[in-house]
Parts: sequence; structure tokens; C-alpha cells
Amino acid sequence: MTVPMNTVGPLIEVEKLEAWYGRRRILKGVDFSVNAGEIRVIMGGSGSGKSTLLRHLLGLHKPRSGRVRLLGVDVGNAGEREMLAVRRQIGVSFQGGALLTSMSVGDNVALPLREHTELDENTIRIMSRLKLEVVNLGGFQDLMPSQLSGGMIKRAALARAIVMDPKLLFFDEPSAGLDPVVSAELDELILRLRDALRMTIVVVTHELESAFKIADTITVLDQGEILMTGGVDEVRRAGNERIQDLLNRRPREIQVDADAYLRRLTEEEAV
Amino acid sequence: MNAVTRPLENLGRTTIGALAGVGHAAMLFLESLYFVAVGWRRGQPVRLRAIAEQMRQIGVDALPIVMLLAMTIGIMLGIQFIAALSEFGAQSQVVVAVAKSVTREFGALITAILVAGRSGSSLAARIGSMTVSQEVDALSVIGIDPVRYLAAPALIAMLLMLPALTIFADAIAIAGAALYSSPALNVTPAAYISQTLSLLTPGDIWQGVAKAFVFAVLICLIGISTGFSVTGGAEGVGRATTRAVVLSICYIIVADMIFSFFLNR
Repeated sequence: MTVPMNTVGPLIEVEKLEAWYGRRRILKGVDFSVNAGEIRVIMGGSGSGKSTLLRHLLGLHKPRSGRVRLLGVDVGNAGEREMLAVRRQIGVSFQGGALLTSMSVGDNVALPLREHTELDENTIRIMSRLKLEVVNLGGFQDLMPSQLSGGMIKRAALARAIVMDPKLLFFDEPSAGLDPVVSAELDELILRLRDALRMTIVVVTHELESAFKIADTITVLDQGEILMTGGVDEVRRAGNERIQDLLNRRPREIQVDADAYLRRLTEEEAV
Repeated sequence: MNAVTRPLENLGRTTIGALAGVGHAAMLFLESLYFVAVGWRRGQPVRLRAIAEQMRQIGVDALPIVMLLAMTIGIMLGIQFIAALSEFGAQSQVVVAVAKSVTREFGALITAILVAGRSGSSLAARIGSMTVSQEVDALSVIGIDPVRYLAAPALIAMLLMLPALTIFADAIAIAGAALYSSPALNVTPAAYISQTLSLLTPGDIWQGVAKAFVFAVLICLIGISTGFSVTGGAEGVGRATTRAVVLSICYIIVADMIFSFFLNR
């Protein structure tokens, strides 16, 4: 089955992406692209639209307007087979791991192999154990997800994401809920994956230290707009105030309109 | 003016919400059938193993409690019918009364309500928790369609198991009535049962089984669709589970009434 896939140009292309939640505009004309072999960090504060952007990149939402191309395929208009072919080439590690709690760690990691390949059980077992070794979870394949610590869950989820040797890997908040040591180990793992397996990696995070350590390029998102895309030093030196607030952990100045404030305190019904 | 428009707005919103729910459930049904029919050709096969696992949970695991409840209902029906018919000195009619009412009505109804409580809630809770913890999203991005992985096996299993449980419940209920009524009528249980068998027509049993198929679809779709629409963490899962059971039971009873009306004109 030949599906035309873009192996030379950018692996991800986003053009004028708009996203709405009811009547609220979450993403306002987002444009960017990610090239092969890059580690791209998408950084932004809470409410910047990071999660919505990620969901669109993963094909979990169709864009209201604009276009998202993954590996050359337009995810908004792709047929079943095309999407399936794309999904075999990407791996995703969700914020909470999203391991299937009804199966053991080994079965979780083997799930994509069992569903997408015709390999025999022995080979599947070896491949899934191999990936568990890569993330330093060797020997833990028979445990259930409820028996793992936070860091171990993330690593198991990562093993599942890389079991099919994907071209493109996504991380949603890899450091969330982890202590600094485990977080640093995860950063090292991400760098190793890119170097050893030549994966293109997209990390969505608001952890500054991790971002600066692993990123080739950083895309800064704020209130649904891309503020800039550039290398680590460029971003550090950026003149934009909102970026500097984000980098220097400065709280935002909130202007209080006295009349509006009084109205909010005293009105009878919420509109 | 707000006092008038607000209730109307709410009514409108609720109606649209309810219609959307029905639409969602209908789509789940059609998609499940689609995956069962052609999924294997499109890289989304519905695994026999998954169906078998659901059949075990929905059917086999329910046997003890179905047996217990059916036996109890059978005895209860025996008691009530004999008590009512003895006013007319027509206690012997209890045989036909129990036979017809169990096979046409109570067997299917009680079994369905029980399965709604057991399996309808379990489907809603399981799928709801998976939705909240992003396990459903994980399945999607791996390339496993959540409908064919979670919904289709449950639907097929329910369509096979609920009619089977219903027939089982019918038999146990009639046996229970036999145990109680035979001494009261001065006959042996064997005589009671053979008279029951001679009075029952295939049509009676088919009525109950046909209802069971419809109930199976209702329980499954309501459980699964409430599961997939959960928002709001643990609280949301709890609410969805409650809703699934209550809605299932309501729809079952209404469907039962509609069926009974049309089949007995």
C-alpha cells in the first residue's frame, strides 16, 4: 500500500490554524512547521492554547479553519487508511501516561505491535521488552500500571510510544508531577532518542529548564498566538514583554477596572 | 422578560442535548455494526477475544444472580397468582398465568433491569474513566478506533448474552413457580412443568426474546454513549454511571410497554 508521504520536507506543517471552544477563540491563526530531526519545544503559559494545539497536531480534532499536515497528509481531510498509515509513524506520550489500566505494562507496550503487525508472540515480546530496557524499565513488564510510580508510568508510556519506531514523537508535559532528578533523566532520554534513533520530537511544556536543555527550536505560544519561533538563545534574548514574563517568572500585571469590579461583586445574577 | 425566556431557553437547550444524545448513540450503533462487518478489511478488526471476554462478563458472571432473582420472581408470581385466582376458585389457572407472564414479560424485563444495573453501569464507568484519563485518546493516536475496540465487542456480546440469559431466567422462574404452586395445587412439580410446556406456544417465548434484543441494544448504547461523553473527573464518572443505569431502566420499561401494546392487540 503506497501512501504518498513527505519524507524530505517538514514533517509537520501548520497553516493558519484556528480553533474555537464554543464561542471562544482558542487558537488564532497559528503557523509553524517542524523539520526532520528537530527537537521542537512548544512553550506557553496555562491557557495559551498548548493542549488544543497538541490535540490538533495529533489529529484528535479537525481544524475549524486552516490546515495541519502530518508527514505530508492533511489530517483534516484524510481518509481512514491514510490516517492509519500516519498514526503508525507517530508516537505520543500523554501527560498522565494514559496507560490502559486493565493491562500489564508489557501488554501496554506491546499493544501497537499486536494491533498493527502480524509478528508472532515471541518477536512481539522481545521488542516490547527491548523498548522497556531503553527507558530503564527492564524487568517491569508484568506489573500493572497502578503499581508504578509517576516517573515509571511516564517511562512506560514512552516505551509504548516508541515501540513501533515512529518518525515523529510527541510529549505532552513530560515533567509534570516529576521530581527534578527524574525529570532530568527523562530529558536525557529524549536527547538520546533523537540522536540514536533519529526521531523528530515535539515537546509541549512550560518547564523552562527542560525546554532550554533539550530544544533545538522553541515556539512560544501565548493566548492562542505564536509570539516567536527561534533557537534557545534567540528566545532568551527576545524583546517581547510577554516572552520575558514567561522566562523570568514574572506575574502578570492585572489592571482592575473599579466599576467592573464592583459590578461583579454585587450583581444578582451571573450573566 | 428574563423570567419567561430563561425557562424556555433551558427547555430548548435540554431538548437539543437529549436529541444530540440520541444521535450520538445511533452513530455508535451504526459504527459498531460497520466495524463488525468490514473492520477487518480496514485495519480495525473487532477481535473475537474481546467479544468473548465481554460475553463472560455480561453473561456468564451474571448467571448466579439471574438464577437467584428468577427463582425468587417465579415463587413470588406463584404466590400472587394463586392468591388472586383463589377468589374465583380458579387456582389451577396459575399454570397458564405464570407461563405466559414470565415468558412474555417478566423474564425479559427483570433480566434486562438486572443486566442494566450490572453491565450498563460497568460499561459507563469503565469507558468514562478511560475518557477522563485520556486512555481513549491514547487508543486513537495509536491508530485503534475506540468504537471498534471498546463499543463493538460489548454490543455483540450483549446481543448474544441477554436473550440467552432471558431464556435461562424464564426457565428458572417457571421452575420456582412450580416448586411453590405444586403443593398448593396437589400436583407434582413434574406435572406442573409438563402442563406448562403444553400451554406455552413458541410465540410467547419469541415475544420475550425479541424484547431482549431491543433491551440489549438500549443498555449497551446508553452505557457506552454516557461513558464517552464524560467530563469532569471522578465526579463526572459517578454521574455518568448513575445516569446510564437510570436511563437504561427508563428506556427499557417504556420500550417494554410499547412492545406489549403492539404484540397483544
